[in-house]
Amino acid sequence: MRNTKKQWKKLKKLILNRSNRMEVQKIATREGYGKALVELGKINPKVVVVDADLGDSTKAEHFGKEFPERFFTMGIAEQDMIGAAAGLSVSGKIPYASTFAVFSERAYEFTRNIISRNKLNVKIAGSHAGITTGEDGKSAQAIVDIAVYRALPNMVVLQPCDYIEAEKMVFALADYNGPSYMRLHRTALPLIHDNNYKFEIGKGEILREGKDAVIFASGTMVHESLNAAEILKNEKIIVYIVNIPTIKPIDANLIIELAKKTNCVITAEDHNVIGGLGSAVAEVLGENYPCIMKRIGVYDKYAESGKPDELYKKYGLDSQSIAEEVMKVVSKKK
Amino acid sequence: MVKKDLVLELKQKAKDLRKEILTMVYKAQSGHPGGSLSEIDILVALYNYKLRIDPKNPKWEDRDRFVLSKGHASPGLYSVLADKGYFPKSELDGFRKINRMLQGHPELSTPGIDFAGGSLGQGICFAVGIALACKLDKKKCKIYAMIGDGECQEGAVWEASMSASFHKLDNFIVILDKNQVQETGMTKDVMDLGDVSAKWKAFGWNVIEINGHDMEQIVKALDKAEKLENKKPTIIISNTIKGKGVSFMELNYKFHGKAPNDEEYKKAMEEIEKINIKSFK
Repeated sequence: MRNTKKQWKKLKKLILNRSNRMEVQKIATREGYGKALVELGKINPKVVVVDADLGDSTKAEHFGKEFPERFFTMGIAEQDMIGAAAGLSVSGKIPYASTFAVFSERAYEFTRNIISRNKLNVKIAGSHAGITTGEDGKSAQAIVDIAVYRALPNMVVLQPCDYIEAEKMVFALADYNGPSYMRLHRTALPLIHDNNYKFEIGKGEILREGKDAVIFASGTMVHESLNAAEILKNEKIIVYIVNIPTIKPIDANLIIELAKKTNCVITAEDHNVIGGLGSAVAEVLGENYPCIMKRIGVYDKYAESGKPDELYKKYGLDSQSIAEEVMKVVSKKK
Repeated sequence: MVKKDLVLELKQKAKDLRKEILTMVYKAQSGHPGGSLSEIDILVALYNYKLRIDPKNPKWEDRDRFVLSKGHASPGLYSVLADKGYFPKSELDGFRKINRMLQGHPELSTPGIDFAGGSLGQGICFAVGIALACKLDKKKCKIYAMIGDGECQEGAVWEASMSASFHKLDNFIVILDKNQVQETGMTKDVMDLGDVSAKWKAFGWNVIEINGHDMEQIVKALDKAEKLENKKPTIIISNTIKGKGVSFMELNYKFHGKAPNDEEYKKAMEEIEKINIKSFK
């Protein structure tokens, strides 16, 4: 077949568009977790990893390949994994215990009674959190993990919004002596940060300045919120977008400051609206600066199987839904 | 051959500490006497004969560890720790009382305590982690964990039994205080464990079975378990009687978690006083 000039032009455009799209680098937070564990393992011999047969998915397997003697497979037995991690921690090790977020909850009582109660230095990581987990359906979609871990005394609760932030968190946790839960995702996410990013436990990050409202978002929802800000800009609504990587201890100062500036607060999370980021922000504002507020999240129900973007649309977590909710709440303000 | 003097000395100690347990629970009017009386003989042997520990330096890095997985039996352990000098004996009077050190279930902040139990099936998993760390660091210390027979109904016990065997933890010795009774009745009636010895063997463990009130057997078993470095963890199935030493508490589930009243306390103390240590087993 002979290509005409016109056909060539069309093809060239298509190729260019494709390569443009590929330039927006997307990579999952769990990849950042796995990569950082290896790098951390190289400089810190105290770091050990326990795994409950999901290292290929949580990406902890990279550490296992590099440091087999410091990587303990515990089988599909989350209680034993968490209990053993606690035992390793009192023996001077820095254990990272990873599995799917939902399965980490199987060992919740172990985490409460051993790790949280005694403030042990165990780093729990729950991957495949939120409905963004997608096709596996309800059983695999963790939507209460933030709520349950946040309720435990002494726990630090973290959620990265990109690969770089996940890496930085793994390192920050090694320097923090205490228990933590880190929430990771299955799906690839665009990079927001570069290697110069400084992550600090307990600090939020303003990604976009605004005036009419503020969206506090965490994890995958940071990206949806950034896109929503673009949609809202066309409607002449200018919103702050704030990344909240530390859900506990929450950055109360920043939340109050921006609430005062906007008098209109929205939270966005891929989690039940009960007990997660929205609740944490509401707790701060309720006691310090009550104002108009809207929680965006999963509304106290289970989702279903489907592609992540389809689910986000159906359950009101996509950028369009966020923009619509913001418009509604901003109009209430006036 | 076990030295006769040693055995008698340990037996006398166990007799004395039985009184401490009863007094502690009586004064608190709360606590778990039954499982404390069943475990006390083996605890006395561990702390006075076997464990490499230093009460003056409770956090000594190379110490042997003792994990009381059945954390409700804290009075037994507290009586032993006080006797060893980890804390003053006067602390026993504050057991379960507000603003005092000795909590209902052990706390890591209490000197000599290596595990904060109270939720069954957890200590054995925790001990697996310590044993893994000791192996990784090539430490010579031994990790001991005591579990109950009722506790074996928790699935996590079997998770740990699998992983300890899989990871070849021959520095790990579990003592099963098989006292036959749990909160609501005889273990065989609540959830029978079946042939528990065969179960642990099938999970790849060395199994030693003894009468857990016979001090000579206890000492021999502890010696044997320590030397069995054959890439397998070891369990000592210690056949005991819940409430041992007090006739009306023996095999009586009502004294799993109940304190004696004035009359019962008096009678119990008289019975312990009358124990002839030479024939006690």
